[in-house]
Amino acid sequence: MSQNPFEGTKEQMAELLACIEANRGEKGALMPVLHEAQNIYGYLPAEVQTIIAEELNIPLAEVYGVATFYSQFSLTPKGKHKVSICLGTACYVKGSDKILEAVEHELRVRCGECTPDKKFSIESCRCVGACGLAPVMIVDGEVYGRLTPRDVKGILDKYMQD
Amino acid sequence: MTVEQLKKLAAEKAELINVRRIVREQAEKLAPRTGYRKQVLVCGGTGCTSSHSLQVIEQLEKSFEELGINDVLIVKTGCFGLCALGPIMIVYPEGAFYSQMTPEHAKTVAEKHLVKGGEIVKELLYAETVHDDGSVIPFSEIPFYKHQMRVALRNCGVIAAESIEEAIGAGDYSALARALFEMTPDGVIEEIQKSGLRGRGGAGFPTGTKWKFTRMAQGEPKYVCCNADEGDPGAFMDRSVLEGDPHCVLEAMAIAGYAVGAKEGYIYVRAEYPIAVERLNMAIEQARKYGLLGKDILGSGFDFDIHVRLGAGAFVCGEETALMASIEGHRGEPRPRPPFSAQCGLFKKPTVLNNVETWANIAPIILNGYHWFSSIGTERSKGTKVFAVGGKIHNVGLVEVPMGTTLRTIVYDIGGGIPDGKAFKAAQTGGPSGGCIPAKHIDIGMDFDNLVAIGSMMGSGGLIVMDEDTCMVDIAKFYLEFTADESCGKCTPCRIGTKRLLETLDKICSGKGEPADLEKIKDIAEHMKSSSLCALGQSAPNPVLSAMEHFGEEYTAHIYEKKCPAGVCKSLLNYYIEPDKCRGCTLCARNCPANAISGAVKSVHEIDTAKCIKCGQCIAHCKFSAIVKK
Repeated sequence: MSQNPFEGTKEQMAELLACIEANRGEKGALMPVLHEAQNIYGYLPAEVQTIIAEELNIPLAEVYGVATFYSQFSLTPKGKHKVSICLGTACYVKGSDKILEAVEHELRVRCGECTPDKKFSIESCRCVGACGLAPVMIVDGEVYGRLTPRDVKGILDKYMQD
Repeated sequence: MTVEQLKKLAAEKAELINVRRIVREQAEKLAPRTGYRKQVLVCGGTGCTSSHSLQVIEQLEKSFEELGINDVLIVKTGCFGLCALGPIMIVYPEGAFYSQMTPEHAKTVAEKHLVKGGEIVKELLYAETVHDDGSVIPFSEIPFYKHQMRVALRNCGVIAAESIEEAIGAGDYSALARALFEMTPDGVIEEIQKSGLRGRGGAGFPTGTKWKFTRMAQGEPKYVCCNADEGDPGAFMDRSVLEGDPHCVLEAMAIAGYAVGAKEGYIYVRAEYPIAVERLNMAIEQARKYGLLGKDILGSGFDFDIHVRLGAGAFVCGEETALMASIEGHRGEPRPRPPFSAQCGLFKKPTVLNNVETWANIAPIILNGYHWFSSIGTERSKGTKVFAVGGKIHNVGLVEVPMGTTLRTIVYDIGGGIPDGKAFKAAQTGGPSGGCIPAKHIDIGMDFDNLVAIGSMMGSGGLIVMDEDTCMVDIAKFYLEFTADESCGKCTPCRIGTKRLLETLDKICSGKGEPADLEKIKDIAEHMKSSSLCALGQSAPNPVLSAMEHFGEEYTAHIYEKKCPAGVCKSLLNYYIEPDKCRGCTLCARNCPANAISGAVKSVHEIDTAKCIKCGQCIAHCKFSAIVKK
């Protein structure tokens, strides 16, 4: 499944097992557990999917099937800073495609990719509901609105340092 | 808690809430009885928090401490609707409407207005609430609010979104008490049926009928579900209800549980809505604590509890069978119907599923009766509809109007028209499943049937306004990129149809379109409509079909003349530098990623159109508007 070496800590594992325990016996436990696992590890490595499959007694194929079906679950690690550009309709008609191009230009990777130094990853999203601020981009949960391509560099620079 | 205790609490809190609902003169008389000289309402919805409304609240708290103000209540509410002007802050009893607040503004308002004997800071008010002579107009009288009628959004922006006591004071849970103690389950269903309420999620199915089918269905246990997977990009009314008045959804689900005979409910909500999820979980905890969810609600003997399940970014999960598969922990793929969810839904048990906005309409119908509800709206579309108005329009935000209100009223009277003096071209409703309404239909009354008649649909209520700069081929392509991306792949017509349609539109946008392509689009669309498994595939061709019907000349311009009249489609455009405007500052050349711009300092630059990748970086950087695309 994933090509990246798995680097989970003991603490992360304990957290994962605790979350599985809390959801055991719940109807439809897989989705909440996957959400939590992704929060813990930042993505869903094969090793983690295997543990979830064994612990919840669900075939690994099914866990993998669910993990790959939903766009929010990722099988590859994300960058330290997650840059997300809204491509919902309200943002699109206000030129969010130009914002995405500017971000890609600035970071020199494409949407869906991670920079080689693992600092930034770019993704697109469909409407965060801040349509009044269109076009918007989100960096690590912080929403930047009413953007022009010219604003992009300054925003990313703030995150370059750390 | 008992019914008497509920009524007592509601009465205690009612005056506090009423100050925010009545005209200034009355509110000023009522305010002293509430224990607070003034109340400051600050929007804590997604739109306003994104523009830092929480810092505004922090600053107010800080200023209050410094100034010794201890008789002014700060209330963090849900969405006021006028998102374009956020963060918004309203001070009662005056009803002073401050817009685009910053922490500095908040400090000024605290020092000059909120202190004892203070006066409204007119410079910081939303300009439309101030007359030329300097007098202040109540915000309910300004065009944006004057034409609206708030039923589903009745408490949004009125109550503290995280307080169950304020929700009760505003009337939440009184409909549940009435249903449990004064009505039979069949009586509840009859009331909803007679009201004419139709589902607000898109399909417009009569809600009461749905409940009746579920009540009559065999099988135990039964379930009540709430569809809060608001996937239509540009629609955010469900999120606003959950953020502003989460208890109204819990209450309505409990009423439905009583009516259909269910003890458990599930809310399936988008994970992209963190504030809504947090408030829902908080509201459920509070309701359990107050005995309004859980065992023996209000001492009636009726048990009902609610679980929250998070989506994970799949548009198709808004379809009911896919949504239920997702709650069960599977891939969110739809299945053929029948059997319908009323017979075989969640965990293969009879299930009633309604959308958030539909739930928000239930309590008012129970409290005011079906006569009241059915007197609003048009013959076959009763009540009000919330629209999320976005795109090329001044007042981006949430608007609730009676069904049948014209598009013109929404765009011009409420929405304030199109910015920069541009012309209205079309409005897109129903998102990726809907179609566009061209300018010639701007006087159409917006209801379920009228929209279908002109080739669009109500959908969940996203309404994106487009001006002359929007290319109708490009926008159809945009929607197909979305549906092709979101097609779950289970059925062939949708999986392959969306892909082929997208390829054809791509071809047209890149200047390689042929006359036969238009026929091909219609042909593929026909097959998708007739044979796709769920509404996603059946309706995916709608945006392109309706754009072709209303804006056929743009399609022919792309195909025959290889021109994009709106100036959007890159392949059909070239970038040029206008010699008389160029100052030779070299900024464009330095920022061109393709090294396509040449020219010496202080002399006119030139773009090599063969090298140009049309990224627009030069236009973005030029300070003299010297670069044009044509």
